[in-house]
This record gives sequence, structure tokens and C-alpha cells, in this order.
Amino acid sequence: MSNVILEMKNIHKHFPGVYALKDVNFELKAGEVHGVLGENGAGKSTLMKVLGGIYRVDEGEIYIEGQKMAIHDVKDSQNAGVSIIHQELVLVPHMSVAENIFSGREPTGKLGFIKTEEMLGKAQHLLDFFHLGINASQLVCKLNIAEQQMVEVARAISFNSKILVMDEPTSSLTEKEVNFLFTTIENLKSQGVGIIYISHRMSELFRITDRITVMRDGQYISTKVTKETNVNDLISLMVGRELTSYYHKIPHELGANALEVKNLTRKGVFSNINFNLRQGEILGFSGLVGAGRSEIMKSIFGLDRLDSGEIFIHGKKVTIKSPNDAMNFGIALVPENRKDEGLIMKGQVGYNMTLRILDQFITFMNVDAIKENEIINTYVEKLAIKTSSTFQLISNLSGGNQQKVVIAKWLAAKPQILILDEPTRGVDVNAKAEIYEIINRLAQEGVSIIMISSELPEIINMSDRVIVVRNGSIAGMLKREEFSQERIMHMATGGI
Amino acid sequence: MMLKVATNHKSNFFKKIGLDMLEFVKENVGILIGFAVLCVALSIISPAFLTEANILNILRQVSTNANLALGMTLVIIICGIDLSVGSIVALSGTVTGGLIAFSNVPIPAAVFAGILVGTLAGVFNGVMVAYTGIPSFIVTLAMLNIARGAAYVYTGGQPIRVMNEDFNVIGAGYLGAIPLPVIYSFVFLLLTAIILNKTKLGRHIYAVGGNKEAARFTGIKIKRIEIFVYTFSGFLAAFSGVVLAARMFSGQPTVGNGFELDAIAAVVLGGTSMTGGIGKIGGTLIGVLVIGVLNNGLNLLNINSFWQLIIKGIVILAAVYVDMMKKRKEAQV
Ligand SMILES: Nc1ncnc2c1ncn2[C@@H]1O[C@H](COP(=O)(O)OP(=O)(O)OP(=O)(O)O)[C@@H](O)[C@H]1O
Ligand SMILES: [Mg+2]
Repeated sequence: MSNVILEMKNIHKHFPGVYALKDVNFELKAGEVHGVLGENGAGKSTLMKVLGGIYRVDEGEIYIEGQKMAIHDVKDSQNAGVSIIHQELVLVPHMSVAENIFSGREPTGKLGFIKTEEMLGKAQHLLDFFHLGINASQLVCKLNIAEQQMVEVARAISFNSKILVMDEPTSSLTEKEVNFLFTTIENLKSQGVGIIYISHRMSELFRITDRITVMRDGQYISTKVTKETNVNDLISLMVGRELTSYYHKIPHELGANALEVKNLTRKGVFSNINFNLRQGEILGFSGLVGAGRSEIMKSIFGLDRLDSGEIFIHGKKVTIKSPNDAMNFGIALVPENRKDEGLIMKGQVGYNMTLRILDQFITFMNVDAIKENEIINTYVEKLAIKTSSTFQLISNLSGGNQQKVVIAKWLAAKPQILILDEPTRGVDVNAKAEIYEIINRLAQEGVSIIMISSELPEIINMSDRVIVVRNGSIAGMLKREEFSQERIMHMATGGI
Repeated sequence: MMLKVATNHKSNFFKKIGLDMLEFVKENVGILIGFAVLCVALSIISPAFLTEANILNILRQVSTNANLALGMTLVIIICGIDLSVGSIVALSGTVTGGLIAFSNVPIPAAVFAGILVGTLAGVFNGVMVAYTGIPSFIVTLAMLNIARGAAYVYTGGQPIRVMNEDFNVIGAGYLGAIPLPVIYSFVFLLLTAIILNKTKLGRHIYAVGGNKEAARFTGIKIKRIEIFVYTFSGFLAAFSGVVLAARMFSGQPTVGNGFELDAIAAVVLGGTSMTGGIGKIGGTLIGVLVIGVLNNGLNLLNINSFWQLIIKGIVILAAVYVDMMKKRKEAQV
């Protein structure tokens, strides 16, 4: 337990306009789970990318098992015994799950042909452990983001590395998958693997880690033994001050039905979905990964076709055939997968943020740049988005800050009905509080909100009512006074 | 003093349509230096290079490729390719030529008909790409054959001579000292720059090319954007075809063979990404000029046309390679 397998010393890393890592030190022991905590943009992922050979350090040294390592690229890092689950998924969409897991290391026969059967078998074995029902021969593009996340985990584990880095592996997983993941982590730990675990979910850090290192503004702040610290201490180390009022629900009267759906069915995905959403209400949607929550919302938003069912907005029956129709009825959808569904990664921060509201500052062929900047800056401030400029490429922002841009993009459209699919995925505690504040204020102003979330505390604290989805149908509905983690989980799993 | 005011005014105008000179220079340093070196070298080797006559000549020669490359830029930004533009040049030229020479149709009507036919070919490309999901490479490859075939069928394989002053002036005329085709290209350049930089449509085009799925989630009407872009490309090709026919005094079914490749080369030289979502009109303009000056210079130096092809190929590879290395270095930091 005491032998150090990784040491990073005095690491410095610059990007144009950003000093991402300033003299950072980090130490990992064999058989240890070491949490890394810090605000969005603190430098956590950058530190891991340096270790993984994605970026080169400007200055600093990396020792693995006491030996100084020169890590110049991904191969160097893998050879040194490091494997990394990156925050942004990097699977190849049009290849099978097995091919993704073993890409570059496919088992081959004498003539160099790939032994497909063997590869499928091995991959299936890895996957079965997580009880997700993923088939190793499936194409990755058919999987939802949580399932993809599990494939990344399986891939990282298959390297049998000494050092395993998980950069927000659970950001779209629910309780059940998290439990399987943690069992895996315990197993690896007992085999002496050193694990670096990055997460913004405090409860997970306290459950699984032995020590926690806090970073702030690219600097190393402190390392604490998990058992000897608490959430408040960590937060004040993280943000440099105490955080007050985390969830801040503002009680207010709910209005008439803003949205009502009857018998929504999409064959093979979900069936007979009935619910109503009142004006000013926050309606939580809970359920396991793959239960069909996102799919229901996508259909309401006109992205997927409905086979049957009716949608009423403010009591009037409507037909929604495309996102444009939905937007004309005042609906907005913040999608769960920012990289594929939310953002144009090749574009700039400002461009992405305003893509939905171009009408507000472009008339025919005249761009009102002053107005455009005004809008962009308002939201950069409101959501405390950390970026060196609004012309920065969105792909250069930290994961949490990218998420904030997606939220800003849809808030700017000033919707009447706001559907949020995992809105705080990868967002730090501080910014989460800000987002909750914004959601609560919107609700108070009469905006009706649907919030899908895999984080139970978030659902329980924010919602007026919770609908639990299981296997494509509604398993039950709970009022605020009936909320409890146990009841929701019970409904979500069907009591298994 | 007067001069200063005048240049100021000019730069404001370019800024207004979204062609910021400083940005432009910064983004295209590599190819601009290459271009400058090429020009200096040629003007030293060949005294004929840096004459007014030769420069106007170059501009006129590149005008067709400029038009095609403008359309191609939009197509490549949305992650597509348009292989049919060369054939559309031939089709629209022969249709207009034929209507004037065989059918005595009034010139404006014939010009309109030629442009319409080519534009419709573009509409067809767009509709097929948007609604069937057949890759643009295949759709426009088919159109390359169809349009060329139609031009042959219509003319019976023979060039159509059109000796009509009023028609010829469209392609061979001048405005002051400047050939009309150069003026047309300049207008299209401004138009395309405005579309890309100053309109909603432009931002949507980048979105569709950058991430189609995210564009769908944003409520962008992807099919409409695709149809517009291929239609625009078809229109520019058709217009160029009619102008070319007017300048050559004939509608020729064989004209425009391989034009699509020069257009693609210019776009790629200008830094537009073949994987979509990234590209600038300023870059394309430079790409067009590099190819034009290279052709002109090799001619002035009396290098035979077989060798010219080889040299052009090498220059394209080298330029794109240098550009890629530069970008990769930036990304890795
Ligand atoms: N390639 C890059 N170019 C420019 N700046 C970058 C680049 N990569 C990261 N940065 C910047 O470095 C800083 C640290 O980013 P990093 O991704 O390490 O944050 P993080 O701690 O992982 O945050 P999060 O919790 O949001 O994932 C941020 O300000 C980010 O904008
Ligand atoms: Mg990160």
C-alpha cells in the first residue's frame, strides 16, 4: 500500500493564453484509488493528458516505479503501463464494440488474420461483468452515451495496466452501473493497480477513494486522506471559499398544464407514455441507463418519429415533426451528449453559443457584432464560462465549460418549456450550484422544466415531482413529499 | 491625406462583407509566402510576367476556375464534393450556343435557358444528396456523366459555332481595361463571402459541415442547406459555361473536362478542410491565383504541357502537406 508507482514533479504546461498547469506535483501509490478534484478548467484533464502522452510538458518530470520516463506520445504512455479513460469519449462510431476495445491489439493468427471469434469472446467476457446487455459485435454508434462510457471502461481495463486513469467515468452513469464500476475498481485495487479517479460527484469520491488531491487554477493545492476530510473542507480548498446554499428551491405556485402527452409510443423504444408538466414546474425524470428517458424527450422535440400518441401544449393539440416545430412551440432541448449532439467542435465558443438565436442579431446580410458580443458576454458571465476569449475554439475548453456553453446556447433561446438531459454532466460543484440557481429562477418566472438526471440527489432536491421510467414505460410518479433514494431506485429497477 | 481616407474606406468595405485583411493574412501565411515567392521568381525569370497585359490575362484565365472554386468551397465545407461542375460548364454552354445558332432564340432567353439547365443539374445533385443519402461523390459522379452525355447528345458531338456580336461580348467584352469575366468573378467572390460571413445561411453551412447531428439538434434545416449549396455550385458552373461559350464563339461539348479537379485543388490549397466545417473564401481566392499564376508562368517559360501537369501535381501535394504540418503542430502544442 505504501509503494509509490507514479510521481509527477513540477509539471508546467502552457497553452496560448492559458497557463493550464503551474508547478503541479502528484503522487500515486500501488493499490490506491486517488481522487482528483477541482473546478472546471482547474487542469485535471490536462494533467492526465500529459501523463497519457497527448500533450507534452513544458517542464517537469514523470517517474513510474521510480524510473524517470520520457513520455512523448500515447504509445510511450501505454508501454509505461498507463491506460486512460478520457473525459471525452474517443470510440470509433462505425466499428464494433469488440473492435474498439481491441483496436491496434487485435488477436491475430499466424498469417496475420484477425481471430474474430476470439476477439468477440474476450470482449463479451469483459462486458458481461457490467450486466449491461451490450453485445460485443454491436456497432458503437448504436449505443447510448452511458453504454459507450462502459465500453471505454472495458477497453481501459483490458490493457491490464499498472496505472489506470478514469477522467469522469460516471458522468452519465446511474447508480446501478456505478456500483458495477466500483466493484471492478475494488478488484483492480486488490491486484495492486493504482487508480486515478476524477469526478465532480462528491459522494463517489468519498465512497471509492483513499486519498483526494485538490487542484485550483492549474495549481496543486493539497492532498487529503479521504477518511480525514469532509465535503465542506474539500469545497473550500477547491473554490477558495465556503459554498453556501447548494440547492436553493424557491417555493412558488404552479400554473396550468404547459405540456401534456398522451399514449406516446415509439415501437421498440417506449410505449404508452402519459404525463403532464405544469407551468413553472420542475419535473424530474429518473431511471436506469437505457430506460428510454432521452428517447422520449427526443421524440417530443421532433428529432425521432412517434408511432402514436398526442402532444398538447397549453391545452392545444399540436403536431411536432421537427426540432423547428418544437422550437416554434417554445420548447428547447439540452442534449445529453455535448460532443456529438450539442456542439460544433470545430467552431468557436461564441459561434456555438449563438447558433440558435442568429435572428437576434443578423438581419438579412448584416451582422450586428455589438449585439452579438453583448449576448455572448452575458452568458459567459452568467454561467462563469472559463475561456481565454469568445473566439477560442470550443474543443480547447475544459469539459465542464463546454457543457456550460451547451446550456447557454439553449437558455439564450428563451424557451417556455425547457428539457434538460443531464444538464450538469461534468460540471463542478460551484457551477452546478449556479446552474441550479438559474433553473430555479426560470421555474419561478414560469418556465416549465423537464430534467433528466442520473444523479439522484440532484433529482430529489430540484424536482417538484419525479417520474421514473423503466424499460420504456413509466414505472411510477412520486410527489415531492414522497421522494427518497430508495423508492426511486426501487421503481427504476423494478424491485430487483 | 486623401490616399489614407481612400484606403480606410476600402478596408472598411472588405470588413463589412467579412473579408478581414489582417485575419486573412494571418490564416494563410504559408500559401501567401509561397505565392509571393512564385510571383517574384517569375517576374525575375520572365520579363513578360509582370506586365499589365499579362496580369489581366491571368485574371481572365482564372475567372472560370474562380467561379467553380467558390461553389466548391461551400460544397466542401458541408463535407461534400461536386464532381459535375466541369460537365455542367459544357452543358450550359452548348445549350445556350445551340439555342442561338440553331433555334434563333433571342440572346437573353438563350443565356437564361443555359444557366437554368445547369442550375437544375445542381438542384438535382442537392436533392439526391439530401433525400437519398447517396454520397455526394457518387451523385455528382453520375451527374458528371449525365451532363456531359446530354451536351454530346444535344450537339451531336460537334462544336456549335456562334458568330453573334451581341452574344460574344458577354465573354469577350471589357469594362474599361478589365475583361468582363473578371468582373463577374469579382461579383461572385463578394456574393459568396457575404453568404458565408454575413448571413444566417453561412453560419448554418458551417454547422452542417462541422457536425450534422448537432445541426439537427439545433433545428437547422439540413436538407435545405444541402440543396442550396449544390444548387449554388451548379449555378456558378452554368454561368461560367455560358460566359466561356461566348468568349470562344462556340458551344463545345468537350469543354470543361477536368475543371472540377482544378476547382478542388484551389479549394484545398486555400486551406478548406476535406472533412468539412472549416474553410474561408479568402483562402480559396489565393488557391485559384496560385494555380493560375503557376499555369501562366510555366507557359511563359515554355515548359511543355506534359511537364506542367507533373509540376502542378507536386506543388499541390507540397502546399497541402506544409499546411497540414503547420496545423498539426498548432493542435499538439
Ligand atoms: N488544447 C488546448 N488549447 C488551449 N487551452 C486549453 C487546451 N486544453 C485545455 N485548455 C485550457 O486549460 C485549462 C484546463 O483545462 P482542463 O481540461 O485540464 O480542465 P479540467 O480540470 O479537466 O476541467 P473539467 O472539470 O471541466 O473537465 C482550461 O482553461 C482550458 O480551457
Ligand atoms: Mg476535464
